[in-house]
Amino acid sequence: MLFDQIAKNKRKTIGLFVGFFLFMAVVGAALGYFMWRSVETGLVIALVVGIVYAGYMYGQSTDVVMSMNHAHELTGPDENPELWHIVEDMALVAQVPMPRVFIIDDASPNAFATGNDPQHAAVAATTGILDRLNRSELEGVMAHEMTHVRNYDIRLQTIAVALTSAIALLANFGTNFMFWGGGRRSDNDRESNNVVGIILSLLVLVLAPIMASIVQLAISRNREYLADAGAVELTRNPEGLISALQKISNSEPMSEQNVAPSSAGLYISNPLKLNGMNELFATHPPMDKRIAALRQL
Amino acid sequence: MTLLILVAVVVVLVIAYISIYNGLIKSRMNTKEAWSQIDVQLKRRNDLIPNLIETVKGYAKFEQGTLEKVISLRNQLVSAPSDDQNATMQISDQLSSSLKSIFAVAESYPDLKANQQYAKLMEELANTENKIAYSRQLFNTTTATYNAKLQMFPTSIVANLGHFQPATFLETPEEEKKTPVVSFDENGL
Repeated sequence: MLFDQIAKNKRKTIGLFVGFFLFMAVVGAALGYFMWRSVETGLVIALVVGIVYAGYMYGQSTDVVMSMNHAHELTGPDENPELWHIVEDMALVAQVPMPRVFIIDDASPNAFATGNDPQHAAVAATTGILDRLNRSELEGVMAHEMTHVRNYDIRLQTIAVALTSAIALLANFGTNFMFWGGGRRSDNDRESNNVVGIILSLLVLVLAPIMASIVQLAISRNREYLADAGAVELTRNPEGLISALQKISNSEPMSEQNVAPSSAGLYISNPLKLNGMNELFATHPPMDKRIAALRQL
Repeated sequence: MTLLILVAVVVVLVIAYISIYNGLIKSRMNTKEAWSQIDVQLKRRNDLIPNLIETVKGYAKFEQGTLEKVISLRNQLVSAPSDDQNATMQISDQLSSSLKSIFAVAESYPDLKANQQYAKLMEELANTENKIAYSRQLFNTTTATYNAKLQMFPTSIVANLGHFQPATFLETPEEEKKTPVVSFDENGL
């Protein structure tokens, strides 16, 4: 089951990259055609941009995700000995190297893990979760995150976040381009700019569901159950995680400045307010089902 | 031709033997490494205990007996022969439960609880206690993996030829399976 999951995660990561490059190629070809009447130029530019972006993301993903979520890094046990020591313990028993540890200044209790592989992993916890949970509950949460690390869930999830935000950026650019492109005075440019604007705005319409389904593809709800079970395997104490999940589920969402929506799927519980769209593309199984599954262990 | 096949078979067998043998060595090494993890934490705790005693002593109008018991258990642990793992763990477990009762009683001393030095020691000791528990768990996991290898075919053949001995598990003490009961002696305070 576990090795199945790891293999599946690795396959999906490749799938994500292929999908991303195909997507970049289509956008590039469209832009190239309308800007310079040359599909090839667009393709080359898109490919270069895509490779540079993907390479940068692969190398810097942890820092990018952490800064997207306004996290600051702990350099040693002094600032928060309890958190540091718990992460150390969980890494020890999961037999993975000690990950980097970050804290997000937010009153809502939540936590996540990110990184490309267990050797370059990072975990983050909000100040809210540190204040509210006792040691065994926090152990449960960190064990859950360490299981994501061990199962290679973090690579897939982090790449999904990075690529989704790239597409979001592009969509944003498209909307802006249409705005200032439409306002241009020059008569010569006007026609082609309008066409580009229309194309880009159409892309925006198409992009939103694609973004959602990328996240959907990457984050299976099954994975959360697996991480919960893995956490209990590490701590040998289901009660800690159960009561942590209960405390987390009864709390308010995180402040919107602190969470980049594309990274919501990383968190142990959804950090954003649920509305109809979020419910439909829910990245996490309902909390009561997770708790029920834990009770059966 | 027959000779060639024979040589090939022998080469394959030798390579298989070497890789299985090395796998066993590595697995046995893992259990030793896991034990040394426990050992490191036990030593760390032994170093922390004198500080704890010093800090608590000033406030302790209570349970001189518990403090003395902790000291004597610590000294036993320091002088214990390190090759008997289960005996070492047994003393260590007694020490753990004595420490728990110090912590529990100390809870009712607001001055002591507010003491920075004490708070730091508490976290350090809680940390080592947890690390001892988790490295014990790791030790048992690696032991289980190693012992399973010894019994599984074809590793078992190599294990027999190389005289590999199974490793012994660390037993979970009875008192750790139930929640600790802390009794407060009102008259003693």
